[in-house]
Amino acid sequence: MEAAYKGLLTIFLGVGGCLLYFYLSNQILDKVLFPAKGAMAGRNINRANMIRPWLFVFPAMAALGIYLAYPVVATFWYSLTDRSQGDAFVGLANYQQMMAEPKFWEAMRNNMLWLVIVPAASTAFGLLAAQLTDRIKWGSIAKSLIFMPMAISFVGAAVIFKLIYDTRPVDQAQIGVLNAVWLQFDGGVGSWLILRLLPGLLMLCAAAISAYVAYGLFLAIREKGGAVLRGIGIAILAFITFSFLSLALGAFTSNHAYGEPQTWLTIPGWNSFLLMVVLIWIQTGFAMVILSAALRGIPEETIEASIVDGANPFQVFFKIKMPQISGTIVVVWTTITLVVLKVFDIVFAMTNGQWETQVLANYMFDKLFRANDWGVGSASAMIIMLLVSPILVWNVYNARKEMK
Amino acid sequence: MDNIAGKKSSLNWAVQISVVLLVALWLFPTFGLLVSSFRTADQISSSGWWDSLFPTQQNLTLRAADPDDEGNQVLKDGLYIVEGNLFGEAGDAEISVWGTSSRAIDANVAGDTAEMKDGETMTVLSDGTYRWTSPEELSGRGQRVFVTATTPPEFTFANYDNVLFSGNSTDSMAKAFFNTLTVTIPATIIPIVIAAFAAYALAWMDFPGRAILIAIVVGLLVVPLQLALIPLLRLHLGIGIGKGYLGVWLAHTGFGLPLAIYLLRNYMVGLPKDIIENARVDGATDFQIFTKIILPLSFPALASFAIFQFLWTWNDLLVAKVFLIDATGETTVMTNQIVELLGTRGGNWEILATAAFVSIAVPLIVFFAMQKYLVRGLLAGSVK
Repeated sequence: MEAAYKGLLTIFLGVGGCLLYFYLSNQILDKVLFPAKGAMAGRNINRANMIRPWLFVFPAMAALGIYLAYPVVATFWYSLTDRSQGDAFVGLANYQQMMAEPKFWEAMRNNMLWLVIVPAASTAFGLLAAQLTDRIKWGSIAKSLIFMPMAISFVGAAVIFKLIYDTRPVDQAQIGVLNAVWLQFDGGVGSWLILRLLPGLLMLCAAAISAYVAYGLFLAIREKGGAVLRGIGIAILAFITFSFLSLALGAFTSNHAYGEPQTWLTIPGWNSFLLMVVLIWIQTGFAMVILSAALRGIPEETIEASIVDGANPFQVFFKIKMPQISGTIVVVWTTITLVVLKVFDIVFAMTNGQWETQVLANYMFDKLFRANDWGVGSASAMIIMLLVSPILVWNVYNARKEMK
Repeated sequence: MDNIAGKKSSLNWAVQISVVLLVALWLFPTFGLLVSSFRTADQISSSGWWDSLFPTQQNLTLRAADPDDEGNQVLKDGLYIVEGNLFGEAGDAEISVWGTSSRAIDANVAGDTAEMKDGETMTVLSDGTYRWTSPEELSGRGQRVFVTATTPPEFTFANYDNVLFSGNSTDSMAKAFFNTLTVTIPATIIPIVIAAFAAYALAWMDFPGRAILIAIVVGLLVVPLQLALIPLLRLHLGIGIGKGYLGVWLAHTGFGLPLAIYLLRNYMVGLPKDIIENARVDGATDFQIFTKIILPLSFPALASFAIFQFLWTWNDLLVAKVFLIDATGETTVMTNQIVELLGTRGGNWEILATAAFVSIAVPLIVFFAMQKYLVRGLLAGSVK
């Protein structure tokens, strides 16, 4: 309760103080420093108007400087020093120490998986939801329900999904949905269809799509040249195709422990995906809202013309609508990428990085506040900054282009 | 417009059904937790929450009242009679079949009278009322009755009562709730005031360096706050703020400013130029233009940012953990409290689910009440 009064007082002082600052500083400028009267009136008004913008932006810029700009520099400096040696400069020793840790590489590998899968899945689901709800009567209700997880904290979502992944011993009733569903599979025909054929076919389809795109690139090289970039593309696609093929093989041949409840969050490999599901669940609503607005913004004439020309709904979507909203898709993708890079709460609350689920942000928190190793902690923070910086540059570049 | 070709009714059905499935899939996780928060610990651990929505059939072993106890046994017309209800009092449960022997628990249907040894009889009605008669005086323990009963869904508010109002400090969310509120409100309002002035200057005042300042704000939008943790904690400890509310308010203000300035500037730039120029011609100062014209007109953008900042500070764990929560744990916030419950009471779903829902409830109310502004803010903040 005492804190609540303190909070009220702070609101009062903070807001009142800000308003008072702006009011008084403007008054002083106009009445005391450069009064708009007397012989110098014209010159004084001009001078006051030159200074005034800085009065307006000063508090914000000071706060930004102290709370965001200074820390970037300071963290970089800390990453080059060692706290236990009295903040002595140690060069890249912290980075070397970090690179030598398997936990760091585990976090990097997981972060890369998160970076690929979460934005892709969220954007895809968001696009699907946006397109499906676009023309139906209760679409806005459906959208607001899918959007709802945005309001739920990562910690709250972690609890929600921990209940889904919950495990009880064999002889007790399962209270986690995932295990309850899992126990329905007994290794019979249904299990074969759903757990082997379906994922196997999906993987084969994915492999076929990526092989097809690679083939398209190959044809493009023969027609247009540009062998270097397209060659790299083909190499990456070949790797992806190979990964999907091996996953398909795995889907058909791997052994399933039918009838045994699984402790999902402790199975390395799968558990990271289960954590990603939480973030996808949250971010899909965001992607849907933005993409839905973009779909609404598409000129109707283009769609009408394509329908008149005999395009089916799928062609309309993929060949007419998709190209027109590609810019928005990129924005959604990068925004979710930023969220993914900073993801901390979900991993912290659900596994705390155990069982090979570590990610960079949680690794950093571990180093800072458990191991008390500020040097390595700062070094890993700098890695996050490094991963963010392409997006930063791109954003600033776009903003400047728009200003002109 | 998809209907131009005029043969889309089957596709339309497919779309409707897919949307229903999608919405159901997205609501399902939250709904599970909500249902669980209204169940007792026993119910949660004995069956999945999806079972609790339907009447359940259970085999129960119940006992008639002890005939040796004073007043239970009545002598009437030469018969010793014990009467009562197997469930203690008539409830919602409905007995279908019952028996007096563990070997034949479905020997009788409700309403039957069963003959037992020594001329005793037992009658059980479907609501659990029984009548146990004997020509001799009854003694020993109460007669066991095996029943198959259908119990309707049963929910309780006891968990909320426990989590919100019980004095038990380790599980209590009440304190954490007020702490969260104390963090959230100043951390939402203060950045708005500071940002609004800066946004006005960046939108409508011409001065050298304006473009660079805007570029800096856009750049700082994406700086991960992870970088700020150590330097700022050191700074706070250095200047004597330490860990506490002041520190967390300042930190949230700093971290929220880039988005606030960006959103508000983008909105203010779009306001009609004529109004502002007319006011200038009429002799209004910038301060007056800002407070009397720009602020009222910018209400939608202010509301958008306020919702963002509110949701973000309410749901935040990291900033609170670093800048607010000290070793005593007096200033814990709800997210932190839940993480600690996950550690200490990991299996106690009735407490976890309820605590999580207490913390989710307020953002959800804000979300549904002010969704319009949230969507508008999202669109302004990310679509360029």
